Amino acid sequence: MAVSKLDVLPTEYKYGFRDEENYVFKSRKGLSREVVEQISRMKGEPEWMLRFRLRALELFYRKPLPTWGADLSEIDFDNIYYYVKPSEARARDWDEVPESIKKTFDRLGIPEAERKFLAGVSAQYESEVVYHNIRADLEKKGVIFLDMDSGLAQYPDLVKEYFGTVIPPGDNKFAALNSAVWSGGSFIYVPPGVQVEIPLQAYFRINTENMGQFERTLIIADEGARVHYIEGCTAPIYSTDSLHSAVVELVAKRGAHIRYTTIQNWSNNVYNLVTKRAVAYENALVEWVDGNLGSKVTMKYPGVYLMGEGARAEILSVAFAGKGQHQDAGGKVIHAAPNTSSTITSKSISKDGGRTSYRGLLKVYPGCENVKAFVRCDALLLDELSRSDTYPSIEIDEEKVDIGHEATVSKIGEEQLFYLMSRGLDEGEAKTMIVNGFFEPFTKELPMEYALELNRLIALQMEGAVG
Amino acid sequence: MTETTPLLQIEDLHVSVDGKPILRGVSLAVNRGEVHALMGPNGSGKSTLANTLLGHPRYVVTQGRILFKGQDVTRLSPDKRAKLGMFLAFQYPVAIPGVTLGNFLRTAIKAARGEVMSAMEFRKQLRSKMELLRMDPSFAGRYTNEGFSGGEKKRAEMLQMALLQPELAIMDETDSGLDIDALRVVAEAVNAMLNPNMAVLIITHYQRILNYIKPDVVHVLVNGRVVQSGGAELVHRLEAEGYTPFLEEDRTSESERELVKGVSTDGR
Repeated sequence: MAVSKLDVLPTEYKYGFRDEENYVFKSRKGLSREVVEQISRMKGEPEWMLRFRLRALELFYRKPLPTWGADLSEIDFDNIYYYVKPSEARARDWDEVPESIKKTFDRLGIPEAERKFLAGVSAQYESEVVYHNIRADLEKKGVIFLDMDSGLAQYPDLVKEYFGTVIPPGDNKFAALNSAVWSGGSFIYVPPGVQVEIPLQAYFRINTENMGQFERTLIIADEGARVHYIEGCTAPIYSTDSLHSAVVELVAKRGAHIRYTTIQNWSNNVYNLVTKRAVAYENALVEWVDGNLGSKVTMKYPGVYLMGEGARAEILSVAFAGKGQHQDAGGKVIHAAPNTSSTITSKSISKDGGRTSYRGLLKVYPGCENVKAFVRCDALLLDELSRSDTYPSIEIDEEKVDIGHEATVSKIGEEQLFYLMSRGLDEGEAKTMIVNGFFEPFTKELPMEYALELNRLIALQMEGAVG
Repeated sequence: MTETTPLLQIEDLHVSVDGKPILRGVSLAVNRGEVHALMGPNGSGKSTLANTLLGHPRYVVTQGRILFKGQDVTRLSPDKRAKLGMFLAFQYPVAIPGVTLGNFLRTAIKAARGEVMSAMEFRKQLRSKMELLRMDPSFAGRYTNEGFSGGEKKRAEMLQMALLQPELAIMDETDSGLDIDALRVVAEAVNAMLNPNMAVLIITHYQRILNYIKPDVVHVLVNGRVVQSGGAELVHRLEAEGYTPFLEEDRTSESERELVKGVSTDGR
């Protein structure tokens, strides 16, 4: 990750990570063919990946900045480090972590070791052990769970077969950027019929690059396999980065089930522009559970291409926009086979002048009979300053379908507040309770510890104590 | 506060809603251990009084004051009143989507009573109170008031009252929408809650509920004023004669006042 603060610190190396074999490297500011070549060379990548990167770079240069969504005009592509060797990214001290972030950790009740990890100052040795234990168990079943760089090094053929097939570099400007400079992310392969019972968490995957700015994740669930992946965490991610642009590709083969859960809580100076897409083959199920609380601007619309009969998509997207934030989020489902079904549920909250937008696509190709699709968007405005918009795009080219769409915008009612306050809750507690209830369809899909943290985080957001 | 200080004392209370005067000088006192009934025809201001007592922001006190345990609470926010021991069982409780009744109750107990109850103790109390109200335990897992029938809402209100153990419980038309069996269950539950340290103010249009919960004092509210207070016998008079005689009395007294003051009080 590019840490702009670091380049003014003469002592940046003093806190260097213990890892002796990793040498420190930081690319020049800005983007160029040389930078991309350097990244690929540093990683010792195969030739095809270098060519992939360079082609993507050309596409990035050619593509215009999208103007249909959030305001991106302030992004300065020349003022970004596109690659920082992680050992340097970790070259920070706990003392450097801003007081506000520490305080938030305190209030979230996150253990010391975890905090240091989350703040990027520690490798969290205990978790490493946990991670290795989990890995040994999975390895026996043939499950691959690695960071993307290691995945490429150890399973080049598997990676080559799928990498960039769900989201080609030319998909959009930021997918192109990621394809050119990607680093880190997760690589998961689950063999046919294998059910991964515990959620795989980026938390536990101790590798120095998992918090990359341009991480790249690829998950393949082979026929009849099942996996739940959780990325991010509810604690704020300390970053001085200005741009986070990830690409996440999921492949769910026949009868497979992938659930991908994200709780995004970037600090409020980050542009979070992420492309996430899945393909689901016959009778496969893909679920995106996507929560967006942090960042300055988020543009993210997890998508599912339903390619085989009986395939299903469930997208649950929630967003919370506070002061100065714009959460432009939603979901996309493309029905490209008959007898497929999908549900998109979007819930958004705007507060203190924050702005949320639902942006979605529902497409049914001709001949895809008996498609069932339902889109529901609920927005809650906490004050007069805040704003919420809905941009649903529905393209149906088949008549024998069952499509539903519902959208609501509501405000916290005086009667609800009075009711809760008459039971002893102060105004803040009452509003928080209403907000938590509004997000309940999302929260209940999370593992317990995430749900609890999310509720605490919402409480902090409600107090305006975060960000 | 001395022994003689009423638990609730309302002094010459004038209340407007959206600039329109509804209560026009209500005074009454409720002592611990007493059950009061406030009766009156539709539109007389009964629910206005209930909402005002808990501090609903839309109900503006233009004159007079409310004392609770000797403390002036007229300007206090609803949560502060609840913490002091006031409770309102709503006539039309609103839904809180996504918040289970169990979670809501636990939060409310903590907020109103300042008590952190262990999960086990909470479950125990919840179960016993639900039994008292003949509610199915699964009820606690439903979202608060969402999709509840009228009767279920009223029972849920009584459940809150039973768990929060207020010193003053105001029941706003709890009897409306209850069939006779449900009414009996609710009334029995209220009787079981009664103790010498608390008081209940039952607001109702009908005397039906008062057959089960015996009031010590009955007030008749007409056109924003208490026109008569008395013992339980007032209920029987109302039963026999209806509100019409009281409406007559009110008109008489109003015209008398107008004569005395020489100003029109017709702000209705």
